[in-house]
Amino acid sequence: MANIELNHIRHSYLPNPQSKTDYALKEVHHTFEDGGAYALLGPSGCGKTTLLNIISGLLRPSEGDLLFDGVSVRDLPTEARNIAQVFQFPVVYDTMSVYDNLAFPLRNRGVEESVVDETVRHILGIIDLESKAHRKAQGLTADEKQKISLGRGLVRADVNAILFDEPLTVIDPHMKWVLRSQLKHLHKQFGYTMVYVTHDQTEALTFADKVVVMYEGEVVQIGTPDELFQRPQHTFVGYFIGSPGMNVVPCTLEGEGARIGSNVVPLNGVNGVGTGQSLELGVRPEFVTLKPAGEGMPIQVQAVEDVGRYRIVRAKLEDYDFNAIVMEGQEIPENPSAVISAENINLYADSWLVGREG
Amino acid sequence: MEKTINNKAWFMVLPVLALVAFSAVIPLMTVVNYSVQDTFGNNQFFWAGTEWFEELLASERFRDALVRNLIFSFSILAIEIPLGIFIALCMPRKGWGVPVCLVLMALPLLVPWNVVGTIWQVFGRADIGLLGYTLNNLGINYNYTQDPVAAWITVIVMDVWHWTSLVVLLCYAGLVSIPEAYYQAARIDGASKWAVFRYIQLPKMQRVLLIAVLLRFMDSFMIYTEPFVVTGGGPGNSTTFLSIDLVKMALGQFDLGPAAAMSLVYFLIILVFSYVFYTVMTNVGADKPQAKGE
Repeated sequence: MANIELNHIRHSYLPNPQSKTDYALKEVHHTFEDGGAYALLGPSGCGKTTLLNIISGLLRPSEGDLLFDGVSVRDLPTEARNIAQVFQFPVVYDTMSVYDNLAFPLRNRGVEESVVDETVRHILGIIDLESKAHRKAQGLTADEKQKISLGRGLVRADVNAILFDEPLTVIDPHMKWVLRSQLKHLHKQFGYTMVYVTHDQTEALTFADKVVVMYEGEVVQIGTPDELFQRPQHTFVGYFIGSPGMNVVPCTLEGEGARIGSNVVPLNGVNGVGTGQSLELGVRPEFVTLKPAGEGMPIQVQAVEDVGRYRIVRAKLEDYDFNAIVMEGQEIPENPSAVISAENINLYADSWLVGREG
Repeated sequence: MEKTINNKAWFMVLPVLALVAFSAVIPLMTVVNYSVQDTFGNNQFFWAGTEWFEELLASERFRDALVRNLIFSFSILAIEIPLGIFIALCMPRKGWGVPVCLVLMALPLLVPWNVVGTIWQVFGRADIGLLGYTLNNLGINYNYTQDPVAAWITVIVMDVWHWTSLVVLLCYAGLVSIPEAYYQAARIDGASKWAVFRYIQLPKMQRVLLIAVLLRFMDSFMIYTEPFVVTGGGPGNSTTFLSIDLVKMALGQFDLGPAAAMSLVYFLIILVFSYVFYTVMTNVGADKPQAKGE
């Protein structure tokens, strides 16, 4: 296990990148701590896989350096980095048995056969394929094959890190949950450094201690699931995390408050807003309270979705989409108005969170 | 799910059946017809039964030609398949080299067979041919018109030159269809180049290799034009293959009955070998459930 340090890494798939948009990865500077469980979260095409392949050495970054425990591995080939990686789609060696597939990474490194046997049997138990150990991998189903891929990723105990690239895409929902718990359990037991790429926020939030949210080739926020929820650093994080995502509406500053159309909401003190920046106010639907007309900002309800434990009120506030969550048993008043308290409001200047006082 | 049985579909294949009947079945039947009869010309035929078949199978001439054919086919397979795989592995996967290599590889396949024969016939001549002249001046006694070994080497090298490209192109098609993730996984797993070949590339090429082996076997077993042009079956009978012998018998000696019997046996041999190759190669690597523990 090792500290993985990304030192001002940039990557472009073009030979001569000119502008910022030529980069698939725009300047990532971050350290994955030894023994941490990280999730890389972001929409398709945001550079997650690129970053992962740079760590494993399948890609060489255009710029910047990569250090494992302080030693640069930028020029080391994948084989020499001692990294395990599981890909999105199953990769199995068709002509080998399930057992031999799992033993393959160990045998390639000259591990003693008795150790190989013990480890492979252990992993077979984890991925629940003991009964098929001696079947050829060729005839198995897609999710069994993916379990083999996953198993091959876990079979080496001494790796610097295990990288997962959306590994549960082809696995059915129940098995997904089981395997995710297994991974989490393994992480606790052996303290692997794990980096888990996903575009599924539930997967990210349940798997990881720290979530790295990426957007258009940049890391927009690194934080615990709670931090991502409470204080999204970027409006994208607000949208992306939570269901429904954060309400983000354009506003202007007015004294100690923010003006949205004809409404003014109080803010908890603001600093660091430059002139000419476009301002937005963000508040999570969970923190919006609906009161009878006149007590807050008037909203026009468009639809109400009952999702069981709570209801989602889809509404308009001054022509902007604005959602509220109403818990079970609470009334939705007629012609409601929205009340939000100052401590739950995030202010964004040019999409980035504005620092606050107090 | 119930399958609906619709016999009307058979009418749809009737046109094809008619075509195949005219192009293959009916000519084949005339051969069968000839093979059980004898003729002395004037369109007079006499029933001969299995006489021609018995005579053929007992004939040393036929057996020798058959053995020569088998040696030839297995020699060129033993050279062309590994060589084809090797060249395909060496070919670039992207960039400007790809079209260049593909065109170079396709060139020999575009040359008509009798022209290939002529090229090598001239190329190998000891007096004016580049190859023959060079070899003889280097002190190697090379003369394919007199020396059976030289004749064999010439015919085999010619076939390798002509047809390895086909194996290369088929293998290359198999190789480029392997997803990049397999190579990435192999690097992660620390696989050696040999392991990548043995466990990824070779299994993924299995199907195209099957086609390559079948095509090359059938084609080489039926080879006629090139050796006919280069050696004419000589020196002596040393490069007389079944097809050359057959033509001699049917058109040279006009022995229709024996030639027809030989055609049928020839056809059956190719059929049997192809079937065996197909069965063996599709079963290699197939999952055989273990007796215990399942």
